[in-house]
Amino acid sequence: MLNERRVSFKNGGISGMDIRELTCIRCPIGCQIKVEMENGEVKSVTGNSCPRGEEYAVSEVTHPSRIVTSLVRIKGGERPVVSVKTASDVPKEKMMDVISALKGIELTAPVHIGDVVIKDVAGCGADVVVTSDIPEGE
Amino acid sequence: MRDVTIIGAGVTGSAVAMELAAYDLDILVIEKESDVCEGTSKANSGIVHSGYDAEPGSLKARFNVEGNRLIHELSRALDFPFRENGSLVLSLEEEGRAKVEELYERGLANGVPGLKILERDELTKLEPNVSENAVCALFAPTGGIVCPFNMNIAFAENAADNGADFVFDTQVKKITKKTSEDGSIFFHIETSGEDFDTKVLVNAAGVYADVIHNMVSDEKIHITPRKGQYILMDKNAGSLVSHTLFQLPTKMGKGILVTPTVHGNLMAGPTADDADPEDTSTTAEGLDTVLTRGALSVKALPRMPITSFAGLRAHEDGGDFIVGEAKDVPGFFDAAGIESPGLTAAPAIGKYLGTLIAEKLSARKKADHISERKGIPSIALADDEEREKLIKQDPSYAKVVCRCELVTEGEIKNAITRTLGARTVDGVKRRTRAGMGRCQAGFCLARTIPILAEQLGVSFEDVTKSGGGSYYIDGNIKDLI
Amino acid sequence: MQDKKADLVIIGGGPAGLAAAAAARKEGLEDILIIERDVRLGGILNQCIHNGFGLHTFKEELTGPEYAARYIRQIIDEKIPFMTGTMAVNISFDEKTGLKTVKAMNGDEGLFNIEAKAVILAMGCRERPRGALNIPGYRPSGIYSAGTAQYYVNMEGRMIGKRVVILGSGDIGLIMARRMTYEGAKVLCVAELQPYSGGLKRNIVQCLDDFDIPLLLSHTVVDIKGKRRVEGVTIAEVDENRKPIPGTEQFYECDTLLLSCGLIPENELSLAVGVRINPVTGGAFVNESLETNIPGVYACGNVLHVHDLVDYVSGEASVAGKNAADFLLGKEKKSGDEIKFEIRPENGVRYSVPSTVDLAKMPDTLTVRFRVGAEYRNVNLVTYVDGKKMTSQPKAVMAPGEMQQLILVKKRLSELAGRGPFHELTVRIEEKDA
Repeated sequence: MLNERRVSFKNGGISGMDIRELTCIRCPIGCQIKVEMENGEVKSVTGNSCPRGEEYAVSEVTHPSRIVTSLVRIKGGERPVVSVKTASDVPKEKMMDVISALKGIELTAPVHIGDVVIKDVAGCGADVVVTSDIPEGE
Repeated sequence: MRDVTIIGAGVTGSAVAMELAAYDLDILVIEKESDVCEGTSKANSGIVHSGYDAEPGSLKARFNVEGNRLIHELSRALDFPFRENGSLVLSLEEEGRAKVEELYERGLANGVPGLKILERDELTKLEPNVSENAVCALFAPTGGIVCPFNMNIAFAENAADNGADFVFDTQVKKITKKTSEDGSIFFHIETSGEDFDTKVLVNAAGVYADVIHNMVSDEKIHITPRKGQYILMDKNAGSLVSHTLFQLPTKMGKGILVTPTVHGNLMAGPTADDADPEDTSTTAEGLDTVLTRGALSVKALPRMPITSFAGLRAHEDGGDFIVGEAKDVPGFFDAAGIESPGLTAAPAIGKYLGTLIAEKLSARKKADHISERKGIPSIALADDEEREKLIKQDPSYAKVVCRCELVTEGEIKNAITRTLGARTVDGVKRRTRAGMGRCQAGFCLARTIPILAEQLGVSFEDVTKSGGGSYYIDGNIKDLI
Repeated sequence: MQDKKADLVIIGGGPAGLAAAAAARKEGLEDILIIERDVRLGGILNQCIHNGFGLHTFKEELTGPEYAARYIRQIIDEKIPFMTGTMAVNISFDEKTGLKTVKAMNGDEGLFNIEAKAVILAMGCRERPRGALNIPGYRPSGIYSAGTAQYYVNMEGRMIGKRVVILGSGDIGLIMARRMTYEGAKVLCVAELQPYSGGLKRNIVQCLDDFDIPLLLSHTVVDIKGKRRVEGVTIAEVDENRKPIPGTEQFYECDTLLLSCGLIPENELSLAVGVRINPVTGGAFVNESLETNIPGVYACGNVLHVHDLVDYVSGEASVAGKNAADFLLGKEKKSGDEIKFEIRPENGVRYSVPSTVDLAKMPDTLTVRFRVGAEYRNVNLVTYVDGKKMTSQPKAVMAPGEMQQLILVKKRLSELAGRGPFHELTVRIEEKDA
């Protein structure tokens, strides 16, 4: 079965027209929004029931971004890994680059929430920071 | 050269080993799985039958009645959970009365004590939730419920405490009869691991007993594995009935029993379908049958399953147990076709074969035989005074690992470090009940694996559910990134 | 046996217990003790390392451990005593004295009793296991509840498989689909028995769609293959009665099956002390003060009813903490001869928390939380008092996965009470044109 919620890219052909369909996540209503694009420019947004939907749709089709959360190894702590996140959004297509950048990193306990693990991870402009306090091992 | 080698560490093999370990004999038990109680012995009704069911004069009848008596005694000496809750065979229609009477007569012939036919009014006093359709019932007060795991484990531990050796993860591939220089017969056993020589060989291989038997005997036997599916319900449903409720077989087929378990859950099953000897899968139809037919015995069967499982009974074509020395192979003893009431019969079969083999080998009873065994202490069952004593001895008895069944780290360490200790998560589960409760190890699995790894001195990756390839942990995060 | 005493014992140091403790202290209660079975405070939040927490409470988006840390900080700053690694094994209630005895144990102090004047139940919930779902097939290793898998990955840094199928599209299942993908596994699909997902929309988009993981609605696992370790699962489509449709079976080769099929409040201790349980929620019946049928025993958070957002857990728990403190400090409003009424959920409204209200004790506004049984669009949420319509609110969408709320205004109810006694407040969903 195809997942109808998937953001789909229907190429209009020679004119460079794109129609993208997405589910708004700004509230539980979950409007099915259609965004008409031409040469990378948003031409129209339909299907949303409020301005927040339009804002979401435009940002999602022009520069989709996400917070990435993951884990890095830590030694000398009460457990072997510590949780981390990007301190701000990173471009969606860079998510796995952020994850790859975290592989092989090993911190030493103690660490505290907000400690910077990597500055400007994968050239995204966001720092990776610690999200759990890990005291020195038991 | 071993005096006796037993193939199979199920309840029957373990019972034989326990009996023989009372003698001055060199005993080996070979098991293809990673622990005792891994085949039929772990997946059955856990019922200690009183003995009215079997044909008078059959081996089933003989060993059932004696086994019932022995379990009453052994549960105390070997400290495994058993409760004489009594069983009821319900007739759900008036036409069944004759069959109930027939069972009563058969029970008398088999020497079953205390049998009584109850009419509906007496029956409802005993079991208020019994089905409106129950017209009468055979009451067998000596019927009971047992923890099938811990009975098997207790037998094996006692055998090991008395010097019997166990090898696991070892499958018998070939058996050859040989003659030694002094002219005596012995058996050479080739396995997936080491080879062994033995004077006497006992076949307690469960659903594979025909394969083992036919390796050495020309009088072939044939076993059909018969699958039985069960559903185990939450302890909140455990008080629905206090006795084991059997149904008379009807045109709908053999009945489904509904019983409390010795640990306070409610259980329903089994189905009966011929199966492949490795097929322990449950099916949607099977589980549905258990629920719909089981519901016939009671007013309302609660739908509170916590797990379902399937076991295989070793049904031999002749319909009875095959217990004794093979006619054409001196020194080769069978305990084959051990289907219901096999769990009940096991200690009696053990006693019978043990005595026979000891005589054959002119063995003598050991002076220093250990006849008692202490089970793993249970914080859940202990009173506060006992709890405090245990915690004082070892504070890890206050560290709860399994919250559903209230099992502590102390109990789990005990299970791993004791005689024939647990080496797998299932082994810990069957010994301590950690992971046996309503969350089915959702919480405690993550706590049990580190304890097993530490106690066994292995990595997390090497901890398995039940040996073989049943690993849980598959490397570290980002290994594949 | 060493005995302890505390005015208020809070069972559970997760989000509910922490917020309840902080609120009770804020109300002026000194003698509080938190009992936590894990080695650290924070409960399940510690392993919920994804973001999305705290938008309501802190107006910023936090990860689970960060959210927990803010409450833990309050507990430490306020010097509220807590015991970790400690399991409460029983609660008893003495009707004559009104005292509760919490029996607990830990490795340092062994077994002990704590005499309490009030108790807040904040034990959270557990996941529904495979057995309760009656999925046929073998019983190999490699079948995990999503939360167990989350513990391994996020707390221990261990992987539990390479090729994963997820059954159930609850939020933990969705979150784990993304987590397993991030950490190096291949997630083949998420199958959901219902025709809708029980998870939040944003999780479907950001945990599945972002990674091209298919969501198979109206599908379930009908067989599990593998004697030792999972070798694969068979998934089939189900009809409107949730019965598998023959011929739709598809085999997925995988080594891991994660289950995210519902959460069950952990009320064993509540049952032990005699708390009456609502069969719909699996949690206690409570009144306007979040007090159970046992005087001085309160419940909040996922042990009371399963929440979707932790912010709501914290809010509810703060109310329970404040009310417990008021009860102990004698600040509780006295129950008069005023109206006591029942809240009756009906027609699509599955339950309500609270389920009874004593008008005298009711605050100026009372938040009633509930869930609906199906997805509703463009409907009205209507309340009736003894059969007479009181309010009607239009609702664009109501989904089973999202907790709903309704605010009751005391002034309005008091006015109604002035005209004569009433016994029942019905909450129901109605068609717009009805």
